Order: sequence, then C-alpha cells, then structure tokens
Amino acid sequence: MFPINPTSLNRRAFLGKATRGLGSVALASLLRPSILQAAPAHGVLQTLPYPQKAKRVIWLAMAGGPSHLETFDPKPKLAEMDGQPMPESLTKGQQLAQLQGQALKCFAPQYPFAKYGKNQTEICSLFPQIGSVLDEICLVRSMTTDAINHDPAHMFMNTGSQIAGRPSMGSWVTYGLGSDAEELPGFVVLTSLGKGGQNQPIAARQWSSGFLPSKYQGVQLRAKGDPVLYLTNPPGIDRDQQGGDVEAINKLNRAHDALVNDSEIATRIAQYEMAFKMQASVPDLMDLRSEGAKTLELYGCQPGDGSFASNCLLARRLAERGVRFIQLYHKDWDHHTNLKEGIAYKAQEIDRACMALITDLKQRGMLDDTLIVWAGEFGRTPMSQGGSGRDHHNKAMTVWLAGAGVRGGLVYGSTDDLGYAAVENVTTVHDLHATMLRQLGIEHEAFRFKFQGLDARLSGVEGAKVIKDILV
Amino acid sequence: MKVALPLSPVAILSLICASAALGAEGASLSDSKIEFNRDVRPILSENCFYCHGNDPNHRKGKMRLDIREEALKKEAFVPGKPGESELIDRLDSTDPDDLMPPADSHKKLTPQQKEVLKRWIKQGAVYQEHWSYGKLVKAAIPAGLNGVDFLVQKRLSEIGLKPSPEADRRTLIRRLYEDLLGLPPTPEEVVAFEKDASPDAYARLVDKVLKSPHYGERMAIGWLDVVRFADTIGYHSDNPRNIWPYRDWVIKSFNDNKPFDRFTIEQIAGDLVKDASPETRIGSAFNRLLLSTEEGGAQAKDYEQRMLTDRVRAIGAAWLGQTTGCAQCHDHKFDPFTQRDFYSLGAFFADITEPIIGRREDGMVIATPAEEKQLAKLDAALDQAKKKFEAIRPQLEAALKQWEADLKIYSVTLPELRDGAKAASADVQLAKKTAAALAKEPGKRNRKELDAIRDYFSAHGTDLFQPEREALAKAQKARDDFYNPLPKCIVSVSNSQKRIVRILPRGNWMNETGEIVKPALPHYLPQADFGGRELTRLDLAQWLVSRDNPLTARTVMNRLWKQLFGTGLSKVLDDLGAQGELPPNQALLDRLAREFMDSGWDMKHMVRTIVTSAAYQQVSTATPQLLAADPYNREIARQSPFRLDAELVRDNALAVSRLLVEKIGGPSVKPYQPDGYWENLNFPARTYPTDTGEAQYRRGVYTWWQRSYVHPSLLAFDAPTREECCAERTRSNIPQQALVLLNDPTYVEAARVLAARILSECHADDDQRIAWAWQQVLQRDPSDEERKTMADLLEKRLAAYRNDAKAAEELLEVGQAPAPADLDKAELAAWTHIARILLNLHETITRS
Repeated sequence: MFPINPTSLNRRAFLGKATRGLGSVALASLLRPSILQAAPAHGVLQTLPYPQKAKRVIWLAMAGGPSHLETFDPKPKLAEMDGQPMPESLTKGQQLAQLQGQALKCFAPQYPFAKYGKNQTEICSLFPQIGSVLDEICLVRSMTTDAINHDPAHMFMNTGSQIAGRPSMGSWVTYGLGSDAEELPGFVVLTSLGKGGQNQPIAARQWSSGFLPSKYQGVQLRAKGDPVLYLTNPPGIDRDQQGGDVEAINKLNRAHDALVNDSEIATRIAQYEMAFKMQASVPDLMDLRSEGAKTLELYGCQPGDGSFASNCLLARRLAERGVRFIQLYHKDWDHHTNLKEGIAYKAQEIDRACMALITDLKQRGMLDDTLIVWAGEFGRTPMSQGGSGRDHHNKAMTVWLAGAGVRGGLVYGSTDDLGYAAVENVTTVHDLHATMLRQLGIEHEAFRFKFQGLDARLSGVEGAKVIKDILV
Repeated sequence: MKVALPLSPVAILSLICASAALGAEGASLSDSKIEFNRDVRPILSENCFYCHGNDPNHRKGKMRLDIREEALKKEAFVPGKPGESELIDRLDSTDPDDLMPPADSHKKLTPQQKEVLKRWIKQGAVYQEHWSYGKLVKAAIPAGLNGVDFLVQKRLSEIGLKPSPEADRRTLIRRLYEDLLGLPPTPEEVVAFEKDASPDAYARLVDKVLKSPHYGERMAIGWLDVVRFADTIGYHSDNPRNIWPYRDWVIKSFNDNKPFDRFTIEQIAGDLVKDASPETRIGSAFNRLLLSTEEGGAQAKDYEQRMLTDRVRAIGAAWLGQTTGCAQCHDHKFDPFTQRDFYSLGAFFADITEPIIGRREDGMVIATPAEEKQLAKLDAALDQAKKKFEAIRPQLEAALKQWEADLKIYSVTLPELRDGAKAASADVQLAKKTAAALAKEPGKRNRKELDAIRDYFSAHGTDLFQPEREALAKAQKARDDFYNPLPKCIVSVSNSQKRIVRILPRGNWMNETGEIVKPALPHYLPQADFGGRELTRLDLAQWLVSRDNPLTARTVMNRLWKQLFGTGLSKVLDDLGAQGELPPNQALLDRLAREFMDSGWDMKHMVRTIVTSAAYQQVSTATPQLLAADPYNREIARQSPFRLDAELVRDNALAVSRLLVEKIGGPSVKPYQPDGYWENLNFPARTYPTDTGEAQYRRGVYTWWQRSYVHPSLLAFDAPTREECCAERTRSNIPQQALVLLNDPTYVEAARVLAARILSECHADDDQRIAWAWQQVLQRDPSDEERKTMADLLEKRLAAYRNDAKAAEELLEVGQAPAPADLDKAELAAWTHIARILLNLHETITRS
C-alpha cells in the first residue's frame, strides 16, 4: 500500500494524460460521470489484505459522554455503596475533570438493569428496544480514552489524536476505499439534538479531512435550511436554467482547456456536473415521505422532524446509496446534574431508533456488510457530582458494535466492581479504530499518510491492536 | 547470520532495469556519483531512521544509521565493500528475523533503492551534513545577470531542458496582480500595460504593485495561515477574543516593508525590545494566537502543556521549517530535535501572562493619544467616585443589615412579588432572586446571591447617599461607554514569576518527575554566545533571524517561492528536515535565502528579484515534451497555473462587480453565511450577525475567522481552520466549490451587480456588451464560440424572464445591494446569468 501524496495526485496525472491530444475525458465524463466523481469509486488502496466484511460504517456518536452506569454496564456494588466515600485506592493521583480535588462519593446507578437476549445480558432497563436486538450487538465494556474534556475527547475519538488538524476517521476511510455513491459525498455527517441538555458544542473539525485532500471531508446534511450548504438554486433560477448555465460554463471551460491544456479543467467540469446532480439527489435522499408508514413507525419519526430517529432512517438511505461513512451525532449526554431525568430523555430518543436501524438493515440484508458503532467520547464517573450527576471519565466507558462480522450477543471486557476503571481486556480508541479498519479490509498499520515527515495513521503509533475476540 | 546468495536471474534483470531507470535521468548508474543528501538520506530516513535514528528510546539493537561514526562502530557497513556490508545483506535476507526493514514496518525498498545503497557503499559511504542545517552558500552569478535566472537555467541545461517563452502582457499583469495584490487589474490597466513599449514597462509595473496598499493584504494571507490567526479561541465554546489589530499589524508590516528580522522580533518579543511601543506590543500578539479553552472541568496543568506545545510547533512551522510536534513525547525519529529541545524551546514562553483556562482578558487598549488622555480622565473620575463611595460604604452595609433584619422581623414580602404588583419584569426577576437569596443562611450565600441582594437593596431598599451612589454609577457608565468600543488586542506581557517547565515523560502532564528545563536553543543548530545567562524570548527572536541560523531564511524564501510559482523549491513547506525534500535546485533556494539576509531581510527586494526574473514571466502552458519530462514543474522551465486562494476567489468577484470596499484594516467582518451554520456552537448559543453596508463587501482577509466553523464558502476553497499552523493550503477541486460559485448569495449578488454595470456602463448591442463583460472579468475579448454561446443563452433567459416577471424580481432581490430602478428587470435578470457564467469560469478563478 502506497498512499499517494495530495500534491502529486496520480488521478490528476491520469486525467492530464488522457486529455492531452484527445480532449476526450471531458466528453467521457458526460457519458460516464462516475469516472470523475468527487470521491473516486476506488480509494488509494488498490488491494485489501483482508476480506472486506464491512462495506460501510454507520457511527452513532453519542456526544457529551453517556454514562456507562445508566446504559450498558451493571454495577450492583456501586448501588450498595451509594453515598459512601469512593475508595481512595482507586482514585488517588488520577485525572478528573470538574471533580478534581473534591470529596468523592459513590453514586448509585439511577435505574435498574434487566436481562435481554439469548445470553441474558444485563443492560439498563431504559433501553428495552436495544435489548430486543441485543443478540446482534457486541458490548465492549472496557473501552478507555486519553482525553477528559469534550472537545479534545471528540478529536481523539474521531482522529486518534488530541491535536487539531488530523483527518477524521470518515475521511481516512473514504480516502482509502473511495465511495460507491455516485451522486453523494462519500462521508456524510448528521447531527440531532434532543431534550434536557445544554447543547454541548461540536466543532466542524470533527469531520474535517485534516491533512488529507478536502474532497474527503465530511459533508454535513442539515435538517433545516439547505440540506447541504449552498445546495439550492438562487431564487428566480429554475432547474432547467441552472442546468443550462452549468452546461454553458462547462462548454466554455472545455474550449479554454483546448487552449491551455490544464488537467484541472477536466476535473472542474466533472465537479460542476456532480454539483448539479447533487442538487437533485440530495433533496430526494432527504425526503422521507417516500418511506412507508410502517418504516416510519418502526423508527418512530416523522419526515422533517430532525430527530435522531430520522437521522437513523437517513443513514439507512445513505447506506443504500453507497455512502461509505455515515456519522450521526446525537447531543446532550453530558449529565453533570439531573442525570436521572436527562438520561431518560436520551433513552427515549435513541432506544427505538437504534433498534430500528439494526432491524431495518437486517431485513434488507445490509446488516451483514454494514458496521454500526455506538460510542460517546468518554464515560462518566461512578462518583456523584453535586448529588445528581456524574463527571467526565476516561478510564471506563461502554461502546457497542453490530453487523459486518461482529459477534452479536457478546460482552467483551469489564470494569471493576464500581465501574471506575476497565480491568479486563482493556481496550483503547486506537484499538477500536484498528478493529473498524480490519472489518473494512484494511491493515491499520500499513494505512498511512505522510504528514510533517511522519507516517501518520488513524490508529496512532503507540501500538493499537485489532480486538479479534469480538469478530466472527 | 550472513549468507551470501548468488543473484537470481530475476534479481539480475531488476538490476538492469534499475540501471536503465537511473540512466534515463542523465548519467548511467555505473558511473554516476551517489550523493548522500540527494540519493541516500531519503531512503534511510523513510525506511530505517524510525528505529535506527535519533530517538534512543525507540532505537533497535543500539544501531543508528543517521551518524556515520555510530554506524561504523556497529559495523553496519564496510565502506567500499557492499558485499561485506550487513546493511546490504539484511535488505535481501530470507530470514524474517534478519530482514530489514522488518515485515511489520510495512516498508520495502525498491530494487533501484537497494542498488543506490550498494553504489553508495562502494563509493565509500560518504555522509553529508543535512542540507538545510548547513551554512548558506551564495552561488556566484556573472555580473549583470538575474541570479534566479542564472541558477534556473544552469539547472535546466544540466538536465537538458529549455525555458519557456515569456507570457503575453495580459497574462503577466493578471499574474502579477493576483500574486501580489490578490485583485485583478482593470481592463484599462491591462491596455495601458499592453501599449507601454518602453523597456522598463514591466519593472515600473512591479514598482507600482509593490506600492499598493493591497500588497500587504495579499502577503498577509500566507502569514496569517502559518501563525494560525483567528478571531476565536478554538476549543469547545470557541468564543471570540480581541485579536484583529494583530492582523492589521501584519498587513501594515508588509506594506511598510518592515525588515523581516524586525518583523520576527516584534512578534516574539515586541514587549521586551528596548524601544517597545504600542505597535511592537501588538506584534507580540503572535504569542497569544494559540488555542485556548473555557470548558468547565478543563485542568490548568493540562492546558498549560497544550499551550506550550502549541507555541513550540508554531516556532517550528513559521520560522524553522522543522516539525517538532512528535518531540512532545519522545526525541524526533528523523531529525536531531530532541524532547529536551522541545521543552527548552517551550520554556522561552513561560513568562507570558495569561489565564490558562477561561476567558481571555480584554488586552491592550489601542487608542490615539487624545483617546488615551480621555480614558485616563474618565478613569480618574471613576476612581474619585469610588473613593467617595468607599467612605460611605460602612454606613450602607450597616443599613443593608438593618434592612434585612427588618424584613425578617416583619416578614415582609418584597413589593414586586406581592399579589397584583405592577412591576417591570426585570425588577420582578431581581426581586425573585433576592427573595431566594434572603431565604438562605447569610453564611451560605454564593457570590451571585450576594450580588442580587446588594443590587436590590441599592435600587429599591434605601435612599441613603443617593447622590454619591448615582455619581459612582454615572462615572462607571461614562468610562465604560468610552472604553468598550475602543479596539483592544491581547498581547504579550512578561511576568517575572515564570511558569516551571519540565520535560514531560511521554508528554504526560500528570507526570511531574521530569527534569526542569530552562530556555535553550535547539542543540543541533548553530548557537549564539549568551555568556551563560538565562535566555529570554528576545534572545530566541534575535537568534531566529541571526546570520548563524540557516533555517529561517530558507523556510521563508521557500514559502515565498510557492506563492509565486505554486510549489516550493523544496516541496514540503513545513519540513526542511530529513523527511522533507532536498530541493532539486538547492543553489537557488540558498542564494535567495542568503540574499534575503544580505539585503537586510528586505521582503519587497526579494519579491522584486523573483518577479522580475525571466523564470517568473514564462508562459504557464507546457509543451507535451516538457510535460513528459517534468510533469510537476519542479524545474521551472515554465510557470504554473493554479486556482486562486479562497479569499481571492471572492475578492475577484467583488472587484469586477465593483462591490468591493477597498478599506484597509479594522474589526473582522461577517459577510453572508447560510442560516444555522453556527447551530452547533454553544456557551453561548450564537446566531450569525450578518453585516450590512460597507462591512459586507470587504476583502476576504477581513472575514471573521471562527475556528470551529470557518466561513463555509472560504472552507470550500480550502481556507484552513487555523487551529494549527498551516504552511501550505491544500488546493482541491470539489463539487462544493461549484455550489458556492453558483448559489452563494455573495456570488449571485456580484453577478447581478456586474450585470447592472454591463447595462448601464456599456450602451451598445448585445454582442458588444458581451465583449465588454469579458473585458471586465477576463480583460480579453471573447472568442466567437463564447460570443455565440452567450448570445444564445441571453436570448433564452430574456424570453423566460419576460414571461415570468416574478422570477426576475426574486433573482434581483438576492443580496443587500439595491438593483438600479431604471433598468428593465427581465433584461437585468437575463444578463445576471451571463455575469454569473463569467464568474464561474475556470479561467476567472485561476492565476495562469
């Protein structure tokens, strides 16, 4: 595998060569636009060392840091110790966020847990719908991260680094594999906001292509306004006129190319064609009215409501259209206070939707080659904050995976009795990235890009490992 | 275990191919001289140094290949005898334990590379000092010749290429304007230049351009990228900070041609120079450009570390052309930069006064002498009022206590909260807060609650000392009203209590066992003699631009070359280290760097030297032969066409439509941006206050730079977020660019305003009007095909808008600029399409 340098784009050289003397690429692109689409059908990885079990990824980013103790990690011992001091042996000299330097008291799980699936796995009773498909899901209860504040933690989860300017995992994946989506970007991001939180900010850098070429950046699809920025024609210009103008622009550009022989022009012509097509394909994608009532009921959403459930349904539609990496942010899991009330809102918002996404993909035969990942940017403390909430925590969190060769019904790893630290089969964000890449057919250690003299990798340089035990 | 294997037929064949491949570049392999820096170092650095380089903690088998003596000591190779050299043996070993590079590195040498190493050892395995750390040699130039041209042509004749012809006058003036002003010439300027037959016409044009105030705006863009200038703090809430005067300082510095050494010193130590002034202090805002956070739960130690590392990376990127980031955790694997170097460099900035976490301070007030006087007067008046108030404060406190006691004794409900009370909602709010606060034990009230009680008591609870209290409020208001709108800038302020800087093991800020370090220069670069005293930022700044330091001038000239040719002489702009690129024409880069120093760091002199060269003035089109021989134009046998930078794409559209407001400097501006683009920002939630009037039409360099959500139309054209230093923008070609140029109201408005210009300034038939429009935007006549395409389209659009007056009106309402009432709406709407197509052309957004 030899990733190309962005400044010496081979593709560009190819276009230049094909254009010279023939002037034919422009024509070819009109006949068969897919050869010049935004993200090429094939990425830089010509051959893959592993079978590609996942053709695409749907990453459910639970922004704010869900508590593992009120979701997927049962801790009866913590309930017993409610209100008692946290054993100092666990916490001494460790990094905490807002609780740094304060008296640390145990805070019982706020909801009972119940058993689901063929293995009778315990998860929080707030998530019965997820429980109903738990046999498709692998819980990783031993995830850890390096960062403890939202912004750096999101960066770490998305890029494997806490320093800005690194490519997001969606960019890496589309850079490596390209995309099968002909009229949509290869990496798409949606955000949603529910009830009861403070709406923690999320920076666009979370889906930036960093030092990779810009065409691999995540494109945000928005529920309100233009679904893609600048997608809609200016007022007073209809689609025919827009098409006519684009045609004229391309015609004049072609004529100019004949004079100056600049391979960038062929690319620009193709991008205008692509843009024009996106103007039709994106609204078509976003229009959920074509989905049957049964499907809407399954997800529990209404067309245009901008909910997480709607975004899950959109994720399925994006997956069907060949989009490589789909990332859904659902915000406000940051329960420093009023956790009991807040987490119940979140459960309402995501429980059915997650079940629906898994069920829907499965019944369409797509779960086998779609990797779903559910993860926050960090977990939360077993200690109370202010008597009703939990602080940020990086030593323990639960993430789950489903589909694409992941062993459903499995629980991998565990935390100590109080849920403070991962103790068995401890895993890292880099491991998660390495595992995801493996399911996409990619060797994470060999998938790199030269940046500032270093072989930068999504999975970092500290030695990530594929979590083989969770794979079929 | 060493096993000598006979060469297989395949290996022999590949060796022959290797020779042939090298032979194609000039000399045949057997008699070519292998040069370490050109041929060998890139192979070793890429494949070996990661484990056998500068970082002792990661070094395998105690073997290092980056220093000849060390490699010899460990018998890595036998000079002159590749057959007896372990390094060569290992490359082809069949034993996976011996094979180098090992399989798990996923690295592999090509047969050609292996052959290069063999030849190199055969020729004696001679090392060379890394090219960019060596002294600058100024190549001799025959009298009367342009140094750039002499060295470009010398190289071209060595490799058998010929320079391209000079570009035509229109191309030259457009190129010069875009490169140095970032604005297009007017048609009149192009014609005047085309007609100027005097031999110094071009030289005079260069002089004129260098005198333009827009020169500084254009030059600033690259510098603002590399120092990561932005209006907001970056992390989490990404709130604003007072910083724009620094941007204006950069623009002014370029316009005044401030010598680059002074430009450097003021940025790093503008507060420490002997002749420190408000201006030099604004320059020192450079030290404050980094990212900061206001996130709750952020730990000071954590962010102290982030800020230190941020600053070290910035010095590395902006001046040294060295990648330093990896040395936060361990010694650099490819370059001699150590972890100690990293933290010692960071220690230079340990004196900067700043809140580590939380809101940035207001910063230095930037005021005229008269304003300063006025502010001092208002401050004095406020002090007076405060003093008077302090004198009565004990009595007021006593009254407050009494008031509270009375309320309690008589169980008084505050009047605003009584049934049927008629009070302003703000008063009710305050009363509610006060009642809640009063309900608490006096000792348990927090700051906010105490304030509420005090505020309520002042407003509604007492008549005591009314005049004194009013005087204080008035003085405060007078002072604030004057102070708040004054420009301010966060700058460097030195604190004698410096932060302690330790080497952090593996970069872990929670580990405080590392050695404490003092400020020190990178050990591998030429040092200056400071007589053992503790170094300051001023020392660092002076050293960066001293003649001893070979890196700064090379780094800066390499970036300048990129601005003027599209690619650096060494193509990796941010890394002149081992993993960067030995410039194909090192003599040229070195000469420019030396001349930069010798000229007294005179930037305009260097710009003039380069743009007056024949090399700069070549055509940017390539013959098929040239394209085959040098596809990426590294040898400068021609110019290169490239897309305009993000800001300039917009500047160009505003300029040709004459919407552009050519004011220099001032607070950042907020041009049209899609609604809801900031919806994911919070603390506080923000809506985007679109500017009206003049501020809507300023140049892109003044656009509000919100780090976590950079203006989306700039972002589409690769404007960096400026979270990290950016020495080189990517130059992409993506569908979003088409969407911006087609649909962004900025461009739709520019198109319809340009259309109005066509109709009101050119009174002629359609064909002539099309030609006039072409002159405005491209400064050339349209071809027959262009004329016909536009005429046909115009006819169609006109017919459509004649049939649909509402559509025409809607189109003409885009943007704030009013449509001239005297123009026919259908006609104006139809011509808007012509203007729009022009603004979308590849040629329009390309500098050729």
